[in-house]
Amino acid sequence: MNPKRKSRLYLALFLLVAVAGTTAALMVAMEENINMFYPPDQVVDGTAPLERTIRAGGMVKAGSVSRDPESLQVEFTITDHLGSDFIVSFTGILPDLFREGQGIIVQGELDQQGKFMAREVLAKHDENYMPPELMDMVAESGKNAEAKAAAKATP
Amino acid sequence: MALKQTLKELWHKLGSPRWFYQISGPWVTGFGVLALLLLGSGIVWGLAFAPPDYQQGNSFRIMYVHVPAAMVAQSVYISMGIAGLVLFVWRMKVADIAIAACLPFGIMLTALALFSGGVWGRPTWGTWWEWDGRTVSTLVLLFLYIGIFALREAILDSQMRARASALVAMVGTINIPIIKYSVDWWHTLHQPASITLTEKPTMPAEMWLPLLVMVLGMYFFAGHNIITRMRLEILRRESGTRWVRNLVLPEPTVKGSG
Repeated sequence: MNPKRKSRLYLALFLLVAVAGTTAALMVAMEENINMFYPPDQVVDGTAPLERTIRAGGMVKAGSVSRDPESLQVEFTITDHLGSDFIVSFTGILPDLFREGQGIIVQGELDQQGKFMAREVLAKHDENYMPPELMDMVAESGKNAEAKAAAKATP
Repeated sequence: MALKQTLKELWHKLGSPRWFYQISGPWVTGFGVLALLLLGSGIVWGLAFAPPDYQQGNSFRIMYVHVPAAMVAQSVYISMGIAGLVLFVWRMKVADIAIAACLPFGIMLTALALFSGGVWGRPTWGTWWEWDGRTVSTLVLLFLYIGIFALREAILDSQMRARASALVAMVGTINIPIIKYSVDWWHTLHQPASITLTEKPTMPAEMWLPLLVMVLGMYFFAGHNIITRMRLEILRRESGTRWVRNLVLPEPTVKGSG
């Protein structure tokens, strides 16, 4: 390779590395802001600030949804299935995909008692897709498979 | 040794727009036919015959447009970044032509991915747009494409234009791993990938097969579109040369006066 091209190649590589490094540093510095939501353990341990608009996300705990019969108010617990739970209070229409066991993201404020006053509820879809018939079959053997997966995850 | 020699020859030939024009003629037809077949059958298969999703019902079918658009938009950007490096270091004319040809198709696909994502997000997440890692980095991809396009329009000197756009195209490739890993690095609203090269897809075959057909079709469509644009650009730039004149007017002397 002639020396001119070689120096241009080095310049190009240097530029790429420099810009990649800068971007990486920026992303690490701004990680708090790039993360779209706080997971339940950070809400519980106090990493998430109180009385400021934030987003938090997790799974809707099975059997925790309670609706006020008089209004659109609904309360439910969000959990990570690892022992961190917090209660969410929301008034309004929930998204179609909202159900127990579903991953969701809530936007609002944590009050002094650690209760999340949500202004917006978003359903988080996971990466799994399935036809309805297959889902019925999976639901039957589901508990079995879940137990197996849990056993695998903890060596 | 023989392979190295062949590659070296190919590399030198690639430097000639004329050679590229002559060899790429059949590719345009081939890619076009394949794109038409695959996209045509994939869209009917995906939209009409694939089973609905157990949670989303029919709205999950938007992925048959969204996923190919987003994947190919990123691949086109990578090719553009490589062309940028080739132009920056080796000053190869065909590379500049390739950058110019990638831009309109890349802009269109990125816009389509963002739009179809919004249409899907509205019923699924409950919002058209949310500022999370995946959506924002894809928006940055759109701005990179539009930015390079605008840059090329703004610089009149052709050498400056080629070098400036090559540099931005090359450096902008850093955004591609950010898009890809955004869903793994950060908590995002967007779900992680369902189909990867290394792991089993998280959906049954009757759902991912049409998606695969659509993705392949979109790649062929990209090849067809970009090479067609490159060929047109080569004709435009070389319009003063004898080989183009001979191509357009095979026998100028035979034509009678009108």
